[in-house]
Amino acid sequence: MRQIWLGANAVFRESVRDRVPYSIVVFAVLMIAASYLISQLTAGQDMKIIKDLGLAALSIFGLLIAVFIGVGLVTKEVEKRSVYGLLTKPLSRAEFLLGKYAGLVMTLAVNLAVMTAALYAVLFFSNLMAPEGLRQSWEAPAVDPRMLTAIVLIFAELMLVTALALFFSTFTSPLWATLLTLGLWVAGHFNSDLRNFGTVVDSAPVIWLARVIYYVIPNLAPFDVKGEVVHGIHVAARHVAYTLAYAAVYIGLLLTASVTIFGRRDFK
Amino acid sequence: MPAIETEALTKDYLVGFWRPRPYRALDGMTLSVESGEVFGFLGPNGAGKSTTLKLLMQLIFPTSGSARILGSPVGDVAVRRRIGFLAENPYYYDYLTAEELLTYFARLFGYTSAEAKTRVASVLDQVGLGAERRMRLRSFSKGMIQRVGLAQALLNEPEVVFLDEPMSGLDPLGRRDVRDLILGLRKRGCTVFFSSHILSDAEALCDRVAIVAQGKLAASGRLNALLAFELQGWELVISNVPEALAATLPARFGSVTSLSHGRVALKLAADAEPDRVISTLRAEGASVESLNPIRHSLEDFFMQHVRSAPQRATGL
Ligand SMILES: Nc1ncnc2c1ncn2[C@@H]1O[C@H](COP(=O)(O)OP(=O)(O)OP(=O)(O)O)[C@@H](O)[C@H]1O
Ligand SMILES: [Mg+2]
Repeated sequence: MRQIWLGANAVFRESVRDRVPYSIVVFAVLMIAASYLISQLTAGQDMKIIKDLGLAALSIFGLLIAVFIGVGLVTKEVEKRSVYGLLTKPLSRAEFLLGKYAGLVMTLAVNLAVMTAALYAVLFFSNLMAPEGLRQSWEAPAVDPRMLTAIVLIFAELMLVTALALFFSTFTSPLWATLLTLGLWVAGHFNSDLRNFGTVVDSAPVIWLARVIYYVIPNLAPFDVKGEVVHGIHVAARHVAYTLAYAAVYIGLLLTASVTIFGRRDFK
Repeated sequence: MPAIETEALTKDYLVGFWRPRPYRALDGMTLSVESGEVFGFLGPNGAGKSTTLKLLMQLIFPTSGSARILGSPVGDVAVRRRIGFLAENPYYYDYLTAEELLTYFARLFGYTSAEAKTRVASVLDQVGLGAERRMRLRSFSKGMIQRVGLAQALLNEPEVVFLDEPMSGLDPLGRRDVRDLILGLRKRGCTVFFSSHILSDAEALCDRVAIVAQGKLAASGRLNALLAFELQGWELVISNVPEALAATLPARFGSVTSLSHGRVALKLAADAEPDRVISTLRAEGASVESLNPIRHSLEDFFMQHVRSAPQRATGL
C-alpha cells in the first residue's frame, strides 16, 4: 500500500511539474472568455450555454489528460528504461502499475476540482450580473449544486478511460494505445445503439456480433448526464449508483488484466 | 549458501517481425557467486552479460533454467531490499533532481523521510555528486548519470550489488573512484557482481571471474588460478656472466637478451624447472638477479576463449 502511495505521489508530482497546470489555466481562460462573449450575445440562454460549455470542456480536458498522460505513464518508462530503476526496488509490478493508476486518478481529481471551482466562479458572477427578471426565466438556478452529479459521473468515466489507456499501454505502443483508447471512448458513447441493432438489421450473426461488442466495449453513454443537469431535469440516484458500480467493475477488470499482462512482460 | 546462483539459465529472444524465430541470447549459464566475493562477469559485446543481469533482476523471464539470490528465487520482492542494481546506460527521470530521485527510491526501500535524507546525502557524497544534488537530472552529463546510478544501487546498504558496466562513461578519475568504491564494498562484506569488458578493472578488483562468449560460459574461476594455469614460461635475469658461459647461452636457451649493466635475460619454457637451471648457472659462475613467471595476461586469456567460442544457435 505504501509503495502504491509513493508511486502515485511521484506521478502526481510529475504531472504538476509538467503539463497539467497549463491545461487548467487554458480551460479557465477559455471559460471566462466564452461566457463573457456569450452573455453579451444571447438573452436568457446564457446560463445554459455556460453550463453546457463548461461541462463539455471539463470532460474533454479531462479526457485529454486521461488519455495522453495515461498512455505515457507506462510506455514512457518502458521505452526510456527508467522502469529498470523502479522495478528493481522492493516494489512489485502490480504495485508499480497501481501506483501509476492512483497517481493519475489523483491528478484528474485535482484537475477536475480546479475546473469545477472555475466553472462555479463564472456562474456565480454571471448570476450576480443578471437582472432579476431574467433569473426567473431559468430552468435551474445558476449556481446549481446538482451539476456536481454530472461532474462525479464525468470523473468516474475518466477513471475508466484512464484504466483503458493503462491497459492498452501494457502491451502496445503509445500510438496504438492512444488510438485504441480514443476509439473505444467514441465507440463507448454510441455503444447503446448496438443493443438495439436487431431493429435495424435482421441477420442473426450480425446481431449476435453487435451484442458481443456491446458487452465488451465500455458503455459510456450513461455517464453523460450533462444535458439533464443543465436543463434542471432530475437524475435518479439509482442511475448514478448503477453507473458508478458499473465503472467500478469495469475498472477492476481492466486493472486485473493490466497487472496480469504487465507481470509477465519482458523489459528488454 | 551462495549469494548468487544460476542454474542452466537460458534466454531466447524472438527476432524478426514477420516470421519471429528464437535467438539464443544466453545458453545454459550456470554460475555461483559466494557471499563476500567480487565477481567479474566478462565478455565481448553481445555475449549475454546484460541479458544475465536482467534475468537476475527479473526484468526479463528465462526461457528455461532458474536463478536465486540470497537463497530466494529471483523476483522475490522482499529480497530487493537487500540488493542494489545498476543498469547499463541507466536513465532516470529528467525532471527530478538527484536528491529527489534518491529520496523517492529511499522511501521505496522503506526508509522514513528523516532516514532517507541522511542516507541520500551520504551516498551522494560517496559518488562525488554532493555539490550537484539540487540539479535536475536533465542537465547531468553521461558520467554524472552513471554516478547517480551507482548512488541508487548503494542506497540501501545492499548485501549484494549488481553492476552492469559500472565504469562505462566515467573519466579516469571516476573509474578510480568506482574501483575504490568496489573495494570499499568488499571490505564491508558486500558481494559484488559486475559485468565489464575492461579487463584491467577485473584484474584489479575481482576474486573470481567468468568469461562469457556467444551466450555461453567459456571459463570461470579464481583469477590467479586461471592465469597461473596458463603459465607461458619464465623470465630469468642473470648477471656477472663469465665469458665461457656467455658463449654457450644462445645454444642452451634460444632466447637471450642483453640488458644494461651486463645483465642478461633468458627465457625458459614453462616446463623448464627453473630451480635446476638456476643452480646450474650459479655453479657456472653467474649470479641470479630475478626470476619471473610469464603468464597470459587476462587479455590473452580472454581473447583465446572468446575466439574459440562456438557460434550461437539461431532459428532453433
Ligand atoms: N531485445 C532483444 N531482442 C533480440 N535480441 C536481443 C535483445 N537484447 C539482446 N539481444 C541479443 O542478445 C545477445 C546478448 O545481448 P546482451 O545485451 O546480453 O550483451 P552484452 O554482453 O551485455 O553486450 P555489451 O557488452 O554490448 O553490453 C546479443 O547478441 C543481442 O543481439
Ligand atoms: Mg551489456
